[in-house]
Amino acid sequence: MRLAQFTLSAAMALALGANAAMAQNDCAAGKTLKEGVLTIATGNPAYFPWVIDNDPASGKGFEAAVAYEVAKRMGFAAEKVEWTSTTFDQAIQPGPKEFDFNLQQYSITPERDQTIDFSEPYYNAAQAVLVRKPTVDAGAKPELASLKALKWGLAAGTTAPALIASLVGPESDPLLYEDTADVSEALKAGQIDATLMDLPSALYTAAVVLDDGVVLGQFPAGETPADSFGLVFEEGNALKDCANAALAEMKADGALAAIEAEWLAEATGAPVVK
Amino acid sequence: MRRRSLVIATASTALVVAAIVLLVPLAPGWERVQKAFFNGEVFWKTFPGLVKAFLVDIMIFAWCAPMIAVLGLVIALARDARSPALFPLRLFGMVYNDVFRGVPVILVIYLVGFGIPGLGLPRPWNSPYIWGTVAVVLTYSAYVAEVYRTGIESIHESQRAAATSLGLSHWDVMRFVILPQAIRRVIPANMNLLIALQKDVALLSFIGPVEVLRQAGVYKSLLANFTPYLGAALIFLAVTVPATRWVDRMIARQNAARS
Repeated sequence: MRLAQFTLSAAMALALGANAAMAQNDCAAGKTLKEGVLTIATGNPAYFPWVIDNDPASGKGFEAAVAYEVAKRMGFAAEKVEWTSTTFDQAIQPGPKEFDFNLQQYSITPERDQTIDFSEPYYNAAQAVLVRKPTVDAGAKPELASLKALKWGLAAGTTAPALIASLVGPESDPLLYEDTADVSEALKAGQIDATLMDLPSALYTAAVVLDDGVVLGQFPAGETPADSFGLVFEEGNALKDCANAALAEMKADGALAAIEAEWLAEATGAPVVK
Repeated sequence: MRRRSLVIATASTALVVAAIVLLVPLAPGWERVQKAFFNGEVFWKTFPGLVKAFLVDIMIFAWCAPMIAVLGLVIALARDARSPALFPLRLFGMVYNDVFRGVPVILVIYLVGFGIPGLGLPRPWNSPYIWGTVAVVLTYSAYVAEVYRTGIESIHESQRAAATSLGLSHWDVMRFVILPQAIRRVIPANMNLLIALQKDVALLSFIGPVEVLRQAGVYKSLLANFTPYLGAALIFLAVTVPATRWVDRMIARQNAARS
């Protein structure tokens, strides 16, 4: 009797263990920060349309949806996903990280890749020129010659300062700000004419943050220099391969495109800069 | 005897430095830390750009310092107004000091730097350089005013009484008797504020100007490497260390003259 009970419970434990391993997909098993839980980081605040209402756990918004889809394909059900927030610096500081992966529109660059690891891109961002109506009335056009003459302001922590130099090459040195919220404030104050940001963020800022914002034009995705967003991993994290496999699957079966269509649908319609 | 203590001091310093240099690299994460904070390649790539950006700091500092010295003195004098009819002036001085010493500099910079141009000023009058300067001058004047006030109050009341009995007016007493002594007394304290100011002008970067810290931040996010901040720190040290030593020497000289 005792022996039978023991054998039974041992068998059950084995079965349970096997189940847990199954649910977690062999690839990610034992590679996460917390056993059986995927810890994902994003910014605080996280901006529309990447995360809706600064609440990634809702799964609403492009990056929140991508994160949950990647997690699902790595074998983590929605309730096995935990969110945390970091600044850009926390993601690149040396040493152990507080997250399994981090997504907050991190542009993939070879220089950054030396300190941290990137997944394959989950989004290719078109760069957009955001201005206010008075600037359009003053004659600004989506043409390089016209853009060069504008006073530019950019968010310092992004790739925009480097992109603007190669895409436009403004005549006067751009002003740089802490984040896109401060850039919008400088636009409102008339201290700058124009800013460069990824198209979805620009459309949101034009429609919601500014009263009279206009997306003057765009540099389409896929042109050089490309601006692609990737998931950020601690350098050498083996989980990267699992996430890449999940992303490849999502690209192949159209899931990624469906998420993009759901959250970034209006990302067309801005004229292409000549 | 003196020679012996010099030898001991040198030896113990060398020992401590050697311990740090030899032991820190033995820590398991040292290689990663070195790559992220002490990266020679990144350092030399970014240093010239940082030096160029530091000129912006020097420029802002150079025009802020005299304005602060003057406005601070005016506020201090307002606080010292003694006639009952001038009480509003005194009240203003008090409220001004309380508010601007109590509010974070960065809030004043945002409020003045974005808020006032937002009222609809045309270019170039909405420049972040102008309104950022105003914000820094407003804040630092409050501190400097307090320093001046302690100087003014340190001059014994009997001097005022003596000067008044000679027939000097209130402002003449200030001008010829109190201020010449008071200002000289608080020079070292004001020098300390000057050194603090020299680092705080970097806060103007929040509203647009690309000075050395901002430039370091740009390099940091482009290269995902913290070494540019090391370069910025070295540039700051190259200025603050000699300035601090100079102030120290001045204080020592003043103390010697007094005793």
